[in-house]
Amino acid sequence: MLITLNGEPYELDGPLSVADLLTRLSIDPRRVAVERNFTILRRPLFAVTLVNEGDRIEIVNFVGGG
Amino acid sequence: MTDTPLVVAGRRFTSRLIVGTGKYPSHAVMAQAHAASGAEMVTVAVRRVNIADRSRESLLDYIDTNRMFILPNTAACYSAEEAIRTAHLAREAGLSNWVKLEVIGDERTLFPDTEALLDATRVLVRDGFVVLPYTNDDLIVCRKLEDAGAAAVMPLGAPIGSGLGIQNANNLRIIREFARVPVIVDAGVGTASDAVVAMELGADGVLMNTAIAGAQEPVAMAEAMKHAVVAGRLAYLAGRIPKKMYATASSPLEGVVGR
Repeated sequence: MLITLNGEPYELDGPLSVADLLTRLSIDPRRVAVERNFTILRRPLFAVTLVNEGDRIEIVNFVGGG
Repeated sequence: MTDTPLVVAGRRFTSRLIVGTGKYPSHAVMAQAHAASGAEMVTVAVRRVNIADRSRESLLDYIDTNRMFILPNTAACYSAEEAIRTAHLAREAGLSNWVKLEVIGDERTLFPDTEALLDATRVLVRDGFVVLPYTNDDLIVCRKLEDAGAAAVMPLGAPIGSGLGIQNANNLRIIREFARVPVIVDAGVGTASDAVVAMELGADGVLMNTAIAGAQEPVAMAEAMKHAVVAGRLAYLAGRIPKKMYATASSPLEGVVGR
């Protein structure tokens, strides 16, 4: 199934939780914020929220800035 | 003379210097510069995680979060909507509800879009954020930001990253005179004397990134900025002498030898 991940098309085998997606991407969930279809997902919901076909997922973190 | 701490939204900062985390030669140099600066608040930006390259180290590994309060920005946002969205993401990614609010109106100057800035400030204050808006040196805009609930106002001294020094001394002085919230000069500092000028004008703090990160020796410049902010603040509190057109002798005019 195809999702949009940080603005780019991204292929997944099938639905999985946001927590599993982060694990698969080697991303520490404590360091990021996640938006699913333009709605912010609170961290406790990562494990119980499924990523589905066509979802738009944004994963952001802190980088250097002024 | 002992100074009072900088208090923003009830939070106390002993240092009146706020530093950035962008454009350093390396994370390690940044960490050293932060330590040398004595700053207790650092700005960070919010960006998409690089999915393709997960090898990069996390910025947060190089920030001493026991000492440093993290202030996320909304840099590169060109509308109130973008800035509000970014602020919410920052709050979720971080540990606090503070935001350095930037809504940029023009790419070349990076001057703020003050109309959108005000809109975004109102929304974010309503949403429970502590909002520190980066603004232009306009007293009326600063006053409106205050009325909208901004915890501080952060007028520029010159364009972001320009290093031109304080180009608007009179406007900053006027803003300080009228503001009821802390005034933090954000952007424009190029070297230590610029930070001194900002503080001598009465600024409650100075925020800078490029002046330190872009210096040939960022760690040394960070230390220079620490002293500059302290020196400028003390000079402001001490009260400078009036400027005069002609000389006034410092030594007694009586008892001059051979006269």
